Amino acid sequence: MIKIVDVTKTYNTGKVKFQALKGVSLDIEKGEFVAIIGPSGSGKSTLMNIIGCLDLPTTGKYYFEDKEINNYRENQLADIRNKKIGFIFQKFNLLSNLNTLENVELPLIYRGMDEKQRKEKALKLLQNVGLSNHLNHTPSELSGGQQQRVAIARALAGEPQIILADEPTGNLDTKSGKEVLSILKELNRKGTTIILITHDMEVAESAKRIVTIRDGLILEERVV
Amino acid sequence: MDFKMAIKVALKNIRTNKMRTFLTMLGIIIGVSAVIILVSVAQGTTENITKRIESLGTNLLSISIRGRGTEDSISMEEIEKLKNKKGIDSVAPVVNGNVTVKYETETMDVTLEGVDQNYSNVRNHHSEYGRAINPIDVEYRQKIVLLGSEVKNELFGDANPIGEKIQINGNDFKVVGVLEEKGSSLGGNNDEKILIPISTAQRFLRTTGIRNIYIQATSADIVEDVQVEVENFLLKKFNNDEDAYRVFNQAEMLSTMGEVTNNMTMMLGGIAAISLLVGGIGIMNIMLVSVTERTREIGIRKAIGAKRKDILIQFLLESAVISGLGGLIGVLLGIGGSDLITRFFSLNTKISPFILIISYSFSIIVGMFFGIYPASKASKLKPVDALRFE
Repeated sequence: MIKIVDVTKTYNTGKVKFQALKGVSLDIEKGEFVAIIGPSGSGKSTLMNIIGCLDLPTTGKYYFEDKEINNYRENQLADIRNKKIGFIFQKFNLLSNLNTLENVELPLIYRGMDEKQRKEKALKLLQNVGLSNHLNHTPSELSGGQQQRVAIARALAGEPQIILADEPTGNLDTKSGKEVLSILKELNRKGTTIILITHDMEVAESAKRIVTIRDGLILEERVV
Repeated sequence: MDFKMAIKVALKNIRTNKMRTFLTMLGIIIGVSAVIILVSVAQGTTENITKRIESLGTNLLSISIRGRGTEDSISMEEIEKLKNKKGIDSVAPVVNGNVTVKYETETMDVTLEGVDQNYSNVRNHHSEYGRAINPIDVEYRQKIVLLGSEVKNELFGDANPIGEKIQINGNDFKVVGVLEEKGSSLGGNNDEKILIPISTAQRFLRTTGIRNIYIQATSADIVEDVQVEVENFLLKKFNNDEDAYRVFNQAEMLSTMGEVTNNMTMMLGGIAAISLLVGGIGIMNIMLVSVTERTREIGIRKAIGAKRKDILIQFLLESAVISGLGGLIGVLLGIGGSDLITRFFSLNTKISPFILIISYSFSIIVGMFFGIYPASKASKLKPVDALRFE
């Protein structure tokens, strides 16, 4: 489903060039649960941005569902993000001036779904994560765990094939973190491909395959 | 993203920054209301002037003689000749001078005009009450007088002057009528004058020559033909000296005045429009701040699938809503403002629907225009960079 071949990424920060990825190749099959683990500065976030179509590689090829997307335009990438990928971030990244329901509706708005349909869908997703009593709360009125569950509902709203989770437990207490991980496991069991980015080995153990990355290169791959 | 949702989001963002949005709006509010108020004052004034000129009659020619050498006026006989010319309805000769009038202890310096029975029709200046000057008054050099409305007020107050005797430069004249109020026109104040029979005036002012003549054409269409004919007549009389006389065409004056007041309207509107433009720059400023503040929001929206167009529309709509709301308030304030001006400064104002529509749509255009740059800046943010923004 995802095939990355010899990808590099170089950032130009003024005069200094920084190579975050130095030639990474990775295959991810449909229905996999992959953890990408590495310390900070290892290039894992860069890799996630590329996998998530938020950024394009400097060199190398990226095939998404067998299509090479290196030359895709911004709008085409936005379409992939909207329809194929669900994002879960460490800092939740909910919109602070929208309430819970509206946050979950957002990807569907950009997809052009009509109001009634998307409200129904968002409501159902929030029920699934146990937040149907918090529809009119803004993110600041929710706990971290609740916010992350809203974010999961939002990520699932577009019925994506892939969930990209960037340190989803990083800002949560142990209990909420476990809840989030069990939701991800459950999703994977139902067939969604999950890519989990973390620096925490314990979290990575939830996955079926662990890819370790360091200094912009893949160090080892191991199946759990 | 659908339009309804976009408007909702725009309103929400505006509500979260009430004070800031209001201050931004204030620029547009002041701009729009200034345009409306200033233009309405200008148009009201224009209307006033036009009405006044029109009230003098558009088929009117007025002639003033400066003279050439010893020949500095025209005689009654020549006026009789003029009367018979084609297209001329009537001719009203006037002799004038400055006199002092006195009634009991009140005195006043006024313009005296010696006129005949045609005057009131030609100048469209009739008696408010009492009678007008009749042919018989002219024939017998009656010592009667018609008072301008201000002269009457000054000398008599609220009392009825008809039948009373006033002194003009020491001579007794009987008041037989009071002229209707006319206001001032280009020929001076029409209410600070008195009228006596022309024959009386010629003797009284010790002059027989006539230097002012008003001519009424049979219709407004042929005024210009009549003007040519009268000019030819005068040219012959004054031996081809064009400087010896002047012929004013009322219709011509009307169009000249129209041009002047149009320019005034444009100028006032233009000045006010500049403030609207400044208001637009205020919107641009605040939208740029807003884009920076909401970089992360833009990143999130893009990450979950917002296209460049979606972000562009969102920010454009936001500035359009600010300017649109501001414009609406400005329109209401402008209407109220010109009403207050009419009430408290007794200036005639006239609000045309045209200027309301123009100023309102201009405010929205300004908002959109100055919103383009910030909105395009927002839409061009890269999702990665925007997400990384703290």
